[in-house]
Amino acid sequence: MTLMPGQTAAAPPPAHKDDSQLRQKRMIGEHYDRLANSPRTGEKCVYTFVPGNLTELVRSFDLLPVLPEINALQSAMRGKSREYIALAEKAGHSEDVCTYVKCDLGMMKSGNIGPTGKYLPNPDLLLLSYTGCFTFMKWFEILKQEYRAPVAMLHVPYQGDGVITDSMREYVVKQLKEKVIPKLEEISGRRYDEDRLREMLARSAQAEDDLVAVLESAKHRPSPIDAYFGGVYYIGPIFTAFRGTQDAVEYYRLLRSEVEERVRRKLGPVTPDGEMKEEKFRIVVEGPPNWTDFRAFWKMFVDEGAVVVASTYTKVGGVYDTGFRHDPDRPLETLADYCMGCYTNMNLPSRVDMLTRYVQQYDADGLLINSIKSCNSFSAGQLMMLREVENRTGRPGGFIESDLVDPRYFSASNIKNRLESYFQMIEQKRSGVGA
Amino acid sequence: MNYSVGIDLGSTTTKAVILDEDGKVLGRGITNSRSNYEVACDVAVSEALVDARFALVSSSLGRAGLTETERDAALADLELRFREQQYRAQLRAFEERVDALPDVTRSGNGLASALGEMKERLDDAATKLFAPGATRASDFFRDLLASQYHPFAEEIAKERNVDFNRLLGVFDKAILQVENLPPDTTSFSSHLGAAIASLADANPALGEAAAAAAAVPMDQVASVGTGYGRATLPFPKEQIRSEILCHGLGAHAMYEHTRTVLDIGGQDTKAIQVDEHGIVTSFQMNDRCAAGCGRYLGYIADEMNLAVQELGPLACKSTRAVRINSTCTVFAGAELRERLSLGEKREDILAGLHRAIILRAMSLLARSGGITEEFTWTGGVANNPAAVRALRELVKENYGLEHINISPNSIYTGALGAALFAWRERHRKPVAEEVMS
Repeated sequence: MTLMPGQTAAAPPPAHKDDSQLRQKRMIGEHYDRLANSPRTGEKCVYTFVPGNLTELVRSFDLLPVLPEINALQSAMRGKSREYIALAEKAGHSEDVCTYVKCDLGMMKSGNIGPTGKYLPNPDLLLLSYTGCFTFMKWFEILKQEYRAPVAMLHVPYQGDGVITDSMREYVVKQLKEKVIPKLEEISGRRYDEDRLREMLARSAQAEDDLVAVLESAKHRPSPIDAYFGGVYYIGPIFTAFRGTQDAVEYYRLLRSEVEERVRRKLGPVTPDGEMKEEKFRIVVEGPPNWTDFRAFWKMFVDEGAVVVASTYTKVGGVYDTGFRHDPDRPLETLADYCMGCYTNMNLPSRVDMLTRYVQQYDADGLLINSIKSCNSFSAGQLMMLREVENRTGRPGGFIESDLVDPRYFSASNIKNRLESYFQMIEQKRSGVGA
Repeated sequence: MNYSVGIDLGSTTTKAVILDEDGKVLGRGITNSRSNYEVACDVAVSEALVDARFALVSSSLGRAGLTETERDAALADLELRFREQQYRAQLRAFEERVDALPDVTRSGNGLASALGEMKERLDDAATKLFAPGATRASDFFRDLLASQYHPFAEEIAKERNVDFNRLLGVFDKAILQVENLPPDTTSFSSHLGAAIASLADANPALGEAAAAAAAVPMDQVASVGTGYGRATLPFPKEQIRSEILCHGLGAHAMYEHTRTVLDIGGQDTKAIQVDEHGIVTSFQMNDRCAAGCGRYLGYIADEMNLAVQELGPLACKSTRAVRINSTCTVFAGAELRERLSLGEKREDILAGLHRAIILRAMSLLARSGGITEEFTWTGGVANNPAAVRALRELVKENYGLEHINISPNSIYTGALGAALFAWRERHRKPVAEEVMS
């Protein structure tokens, strides 16, 4: 997902990279090369979103997934989002529109150069898996006009009551059979091959086992990983174009072995500035990170000895730590369950339950919310969630505000001020005498 | 005498509070924050030491048998004369800087002689400025001097046909240099002596008490810094605390049953919930925008050509507040001009602007968990009567609470909290054992 830590004006020293990171970088590089070469090779591509992505199904037709959200955040890390957003605003998109959307549109208007500096092909299909974010619908409505590309819409029912019922599942499967698969057949010129899909789903489940082991390693003290800033790297392959591939299986096996080794040696997380030596605070974070100043943002935590031990953002592209695995024996049903189970599709009480569980199971000092200026879908209800988790766990909550990819909304000194206050508040509460 | 100090380096003012070895407040000092933070801190501390020494004078007078009323009267006179001495010393430093400015030495006689005239007028005006009963726009040298220099500059420019902007330029350059001079910590005795000498009928006990107070050695033994500029304070990291924690603890020290604290500072507003020990349990701060903070009032004062202190009393004359919905300081300025052009009264517009600020604070209060028990308001804006009136109305409307704690020393709350952290670190006393006056 995020291989190149953001470049900041201060030109920080080169970031440390583990073998798994280098492997991920290679995988992503190869994928973008394939996309860049697709006009020559004739390979076709499908644009889709991270939450509720149907990667195995798409790839079972030999179609290549492209994820505009990932391109947007990568553009921010490369320092390009400011100009892309400006271009989109010039084209009439208001300041309050989701900045992922504007960044993506700006990138398109600048010649569609992707994260690795290579050309990104236009979509042959816009696969809209609608999982809790209304903006997704408007986004692809715009892309449909811009690219003149067809849209296949999968309506995923919201978990309003916090459960997935049989009728909800049947509703999604019916759409997969009647709308999505025929469209994928039409675009690819291939027949739906369920056996192939099953093989991919089996590989997905294997990688998911390893991902869960990696994320849950944060229950150790010290945590060997940062489950937010580091976590966004770990979810990269499985949330994007690689779930169901052998590459992903091998990546997660390697990553797990690295993390288990860190647990064995009682080492803290690896950060861009080296290994974290002292774990002073264990935090659960809700909300996406800021991408324009990702490394500086992470450093604000590192400097205070704060490790994120669990985060909800690493569940937006699939919630696996409650037991769900893609099941090759129920291929379409399992895809339906996956889509409905994504974090963005969960109702607020379920999110509160999840956050409370994280604070307790990961023995965290508290919950911190990074509220995103241009993301109503994430921000709605966050203060209620904060209060509720505080009440249930008795651990203090913190609240900061930034944005996804609009650098104008990352106010470093304000965020640092609030973070320092939050960590000192925890320390004060812990000692009971004002530290 | 050993003391612990807390310094709150804010965006507008820098405050210091010093505590004695029993944790009691010895003195408070304030100055305007300036480009050199270290000097601002030093000035605030030296002002707190002056305040502490005056408190010592008062105690001595008490021991000499003066009643409280007599003491207060004697000290008020003495302090006024002392401030005049301080002002005159700074004025001399300013004038020296003016004389040394290359623009002045290089230019022809026009500017130099105009500034000579200015010097005479400033010296004369100093007496009036510190006359008993005279009002001063501010206690900070920069503001005091500006309140004299600018009108004189206008007059002199006209009379002598000198460029007004050049006179202002001279002020800006010289004041910057004077403000960045370290405070003269040795001058207390001489200023005090001169002050006593200038009093026509000084109480005989005063001289002795003053000499004794000036002779007390003051030794800093612990310090903690807070506020926006805390990262630049000349303290190690462990001696720096977030202003959230300091305001929470400071408010608790002032009103021990406080559970909710609102602080409206120069560029941020904080709503803080604390427990029975003054430990912060949650907080919310304004983000992305500083509309609704103290600077908003500063901007409005500039727009109306008033001193910021004049806004509240003027707004209190309103009988019908104008509804101002602007959430942006600059837009509020535009709205202000629009309303003025429509013939609305200044006081009614100002009342509306004060209410607009407080409405933003109410939103933060709600987000931090609302007001459930005792509520304390801290920060400089709490001294503004129109803001107080708006907050009282809205707190009653929203939470049914009649009483709000507002200390006359509310601007020092953060510095008090910081001083307490410093004092505790030195004494390592648990919260429950601590008793603050």
